[in-house]
Amino acid sequence: MAKLKADKISFKYSGNNKLILKDLSISLKDNQVKGLVGESGSGKSTICKILAAYEDNFQGKIQVDGLSTNSKFNPIQLIFQHPEKTMNPKWKMKQSLEESWSADNDILEKFGIKESWLNRWPNELSGGELQRFSIIRALNPKTRFIIADEITTGLDAVTQVQIWQLLLSIAKERKMGILVVSHDKPLINEICDEVVYLNDINNV
Amino acid sequence: MLKDENNEWINVNNEVNDNKEIYNKAKNRVPKVLLSASNISISFSQYSKGLKKIVLNVVENLDLSVHEGEIVAILGSSGSGKSLLAHAILGILPGNSVLKGEMEYNGQILDQKLKEELRGNEIALIPQSVDFLDPLMKIGDQIIGDIEDEKEKEEKRKEMIKVFKNYDLREDTAYLYPFQLSGGMARKVLFSIALINNPSLIIADEPTPGLDEKSLNETLNYLKIMANEGKGIVLITHDIHAAVSVANKIAIFYSGYLIELNETKNFNKNGDKLLHPYTKALYKSLPQNGFQLFEGSQPMNIEIENQCVYYDRCNQSIKECKYSNPELTEIGNGMKVRCHRLDNTYLNNK
Repeated sequence: MAKLKADKISFKYSGNNKLILKDLSISLKDNQVKGLVGESGSGKSTICKILAAYEDNFQGKIQVDGLSTNSKFNPIQLIFQHPEKTMNPKWKMKQSLEESWSADNDILEKFGIKESWLNRWPNELSGGELQRFSIIRALNPKTRFIIADEITTGLDAVTQVQIWQLLLSIAKERKMGILVVSHDKPLINEICDEVVYLNDINNV
Repeated sequence: MLKDENNEWINVNNEVNDNKEIYNKAKNRVPKVLLSASNISISFSQYSKGLKKIVLNVVENLDLSVHEGEIVAILGSSGSGKSLLAHAILGILPGNSVLKGEMEYNGQILDQKLKEELRGNEIALIPQSVDFLDPLMKIGDQIIGDIEDEKEKEEKRKEMIKVFKNYDLREDTAYLYPFQLSGGMARKVLFSIALINNPSLIIADEPTPGLDEKSLNETLNYLKIMANEGKGIVLITHDIHAAVSVANKIAIFYSGYLIELNETKNFNKNGDKLLHPYTKALYKSLPQNGFQLFEGSQPMNIEIENQCVYYDRCNQSIKECKYSNPELTEIGNGMKVRCHRLDNTYLNNK
């Protein structure tokens, strides 16, 4: 059974002495959907970025199955709140997707992505459509853990259900673990098996 | 959560009630219509290949009114045209757009000239985020604006400090730049800017996404307080929960059409007093109301050809729905719906 383990993570942004995270330990098993809740500024997004190796200037260690994650492809993938900010505006959707993996038609169909969308520019798609792309992009076959940082916050309730049901079913199929960050308590209660509360600094 | 919030606002109301004189005055006054918009359509003209001009209709046949002391929520997903309506009211639509229909503000016809006169004074916008501020200008200067007369400027400054106090902002916030504000302060500053000239109508464009519960309740509470002071508020949002918490009535937008106008109290229990199938879907897909899955996505207005905007996704469509787009029909109590199955959706639930 795969396991993601972050042990005693401490972090501060360079040029700022304030500790954002202090000795935070958090774990995620495969097949697990875990919620991460906390006020704005409690460091939720920071720990997400650290887990997905967007920040490497931290103390503590992050391991998957007892090994550190320095392979070429990170098995821990992060999905952001604003998909429009994560797509290269000069690339067509096809290219953005292929940067991660060549997704098969099966999965595109599952997510309701029409073939014609692949040749569109990011600004020609709605927020919900873009978010589907950014999720597929994160679903490289090597991905074992998904960090979902407010991924449906900007979307309407109907689209929110569509996206979560898809992601959850694929995660189940592939035995992935998901860490769900959201302010939406009812959503967390609905989809998570377990919830972790992050307080300001001295956490969990 | 809802109940707590309501309790909190009941408290706010009580404070007002304590002052009997004000309360009686407010009670005897018939709320005045601040803004009424009828038959509003917004379209954009674009040039596609070569000189071929195409006209995109993005908002069609919209009717909406806002009374004093009333919060009207406009609910819809992105691309439904809700922000464009706000821009139309403020007169800040882009140059290639065409606005049709009539708008009245306080009984006066609201044309572009009047819009320019009123915006920032009588009609104020609370934008989505601090990104809407000038990053190179101190907060105080942005709030006070460009005033040459020293005396007038000083008065504005006093006014600003008063507004700051209401929001627990320190006086020296005026000397900060936007990037120095924390998320909470930024929101308070945006509210301060809107309120400095004591407007009667406030348009809040998505003031809540991504806020934690505490900040969300705080923001909604500010809106509620403004409404209690008699201001009319248009709350543009895609967050049903926020809309239901504060609004008096809720307008649902879909693909540029107003498809339903309903009282907030009908957004409760299993939602069977909601009228339009899309509104029902929206309500039932909330995690706390079943997290039900509804397929499909909102079509662009241009993709709809003489059929109901919701036809492709509707699970109770009839023959008519495929061949004509229903009119917005009033069904009493100010409630309106755009659906051919008016009889079934409404009367069955009555």
